[in-house]
Amino acid sequence: MDKFTSLKGIVTPLDRSNVDTDAIIPKQFLKSIKRSGFGPNLFDDWRYMDTGEPGMDNSTRPLNPDFVLNQDRFKGASILLARKNFGCGSSREHAPWALQDYGFRVIIAPSFADIFFNNCFKNGVLPIVLDASVVDQLFNEVDASPGYQLDVDLDAQTITTPGGNVISFEVDAFRKHCLLNGLDDISLTLQHVDDIKAYEQRRRQDTPWLF
Amino acid sequence: MVGKTLYDKLWDAHVVRTEEDGTTLLYIDRHLVHEVTSPQAFEGLRMAGRPLWRASANLATADHNVPTTDRSKGIADPVSRLQVETLDQNCNEFGITEFDMHDPRQGIVHVIGPEQGATLPGMTLVCGDSHTSTHGALGALAFGIGTSEVEHALATQCLIQKKSKSMLVSVDGQAGNGITAKDIVLAIIGELGTAGGTGYAIEFGGDAIRALSIEGRMTVCNMAIEAGARAGIVAVDEKTINYVRGRPYAPKEDVWEKAVKVWNELHSDENVEFDHVVRINAADIKPQVTWGTSPEMVVAVDARVPDPAEERDTVKREGMQAALAYMDLQANTPVNEINVDKVFIGSCTNSRIEDMRAAAQVAKGRKVASNIKLAMVVPGSGLVKKQAEAEGLDKIFTDAGFEWREPGCSMCLAMNADRLEPGERCASTSNRNFEGRQGQGGRTHLVSPAMAAAAAVTGHFVDVRELEGGVANG
Ligand code: SF4
Repeated sequence: MDKFTSLKGIVTPLDRSNVDTDAIIPKQFLKSIKRSGFGPNLFDDWRYMDTGEPGMDNSTRPLNPDFVLNQDRFKGASILLARKNFGCGSSREHAPWALQDYGFRVIIAPSFADIFFNNCFKNGVLPIVLDASVVDQLFNEVDASPGYQLDVDLDAQTITTPGGNVISFEVDAFRKHCLLNGLDDISLTLQHVDDIKAYEQRRRQDTPWLF
Repeated sequence: MVGKTLYDKLWDAHVVRTEEDGTTLLYIDRHLVHEVTSPQAFEGLRMAGRPLWRASANLATADHNVPTTDRSKGIADPVSRLQVETLDQNCNEFGITEFDMHDPRQGIVHVIGPEQGATLPGMTLVCGDSHTSTHGALGALAFGIGTSEVEHALATQCLIQKKSKSMLVSVDGQAGNGITAKDIVLAIIGELGTAGGTGYAIEFGGDAIRALSIEGRMTVCNMAIEAGARAGIVAVDEKTINYVRGRPYAPKEDVWEKAVKVWNELHSDENVEFDHVVRINAADIKPQVTWGTSPEMVVAVDARVPDPAEERDTVKREGMQAALAYMDLQANTPVNEINVDKVFIGSCTNSRIEDMRAAAQVAKGRKVASNIKLAMVVPGSGLVKKQAEAEGLDKIFTDAGFEWREPGCSMCLAMNADRLEPGERCASTSNRNFEGRQGQGGRTHLVSPAMAAAAAVTGHFVDVRELEGGVANG
């Protein structure tokens, strides 16, 4: 997994609540058996004027000029500012894959859906929960100043605004550790093979129907 | 001694180890696998040279991409076909039992688990699919995971988890005649909101839940995720035990007796404290219809489409306006004046035999209305289909003008050929009315199977209890 330590980047505001995983990456792209290449189809229905299908040349498709991702001032953004319950809906990890492939490494919202939140950490994407009022304030600031950037420091658990305002955020200690060091969950778990085997042995006795 | 919730009991029984901060290695008894969220996980195992931990804990099927029409011709879309073939190959290579597209037991992963007895009370069960919460209806701790976790479960038979908070949703009293599990769960989501259950495992209780069949409880737990909760559970009772008895993967003879003893303990202790309790009066629930693009945007069939002008919260109001625009609806329109173009009866929410029966009761002796372009019934599994045909339900549907299809996810998410065209309006028994869910530009209204059938035969939404000629009680 990619490490995440700190990042300074342009912020794209996505001003809708309950953005679901179908919107983040529509189902027709889930037919891929690969893990990469989803970036061009991130928010496909909103981003393009036509209907996207796998295998299309996305560079020649008509863009929706009203959609934020297509606006020049947000080119090269790496931080997505969103509203409540971001990532609700399906468990598809294609959603964080698409966000990451596009270039987003940080998503800030007042709340996230559980499975999506979890999937982000497994892919080197940092989801940050901030108070709705703070998120509101950030939306206003982004709106008011083109080129708006935030400075995110995972180790210090802070976000610094261009005006020098420092906002702290919470992050689960274990997840932070994994993200800072780019650790792979499976190898961590496999350090406990003996525990798993002992557990299985006990359960085979007590609940044989499960084996 | 402090009592335990059902969730505590299920959790505690599966802890392999816990770190100081509560991060837990949780053992997973059953892993269900389908074609969409598994290819990258198997590829990950291969790349790291890791073996599968325990093949017998896994059961696989192809459901999302499979055609619901004649399968002998294979899958027309080459991209879908490759994904389904990749599952077949991976299951072969790793020695996992798979009900492939041509197996009579094939079906939607959440239908076949319980049907086979592969889902048992007291289990932990995961699947790379958010509606895994369905299996909680049997008193199992079941939740959806992403592909990285699918790989983790394949490689270690465990997951790294933190315990959720506990919520009790108690549906008290008796639901009225003709009110189904789908109406109950839509009413619950209307009350909780789509994020109300975030961070919680929800236990559904109360007399109205106890009164539901296991299949009805599956419908309720299925949609726990639409309230934001990863898991929904219902305590084990006689109905649970009777449901499981005799199924192919269920324990037999003395092991069965032993298991039943353990399963009978699977309920929350009396007077235990939940982190949050929500009470709903079953008698207040009417047939439900969603009007917007989120399952929480739901009203009773006799109500009107809500008016954003009456919403004070700006973000909410804008959300409502966007939803009405997408759905092409005017505020204050009576719900029963909304015409539909297509009807879809199916999905892991409502494609079990009871659902087929409920829809057939309404369809019986009637005809699909002339404004309906397509009314399709898609059973949840090959075995549901067989059973329905043995009961003559297929004939009732086809006589009425419905199409009777092969099992799969179908138009629930339109990954196969079944989909809405832009602008089409659908009465659907599935679980998500998100923008584009059933096809780009398609408009979805979530309802129960009986309500979907009633919309099919009248051409618009209607309170199924008030259908002319009535509906036989069954
Ligand atoms: S029926 Fe729909 S919700 Fe259920 S597993 Fe299939 S696609 Fe997902």
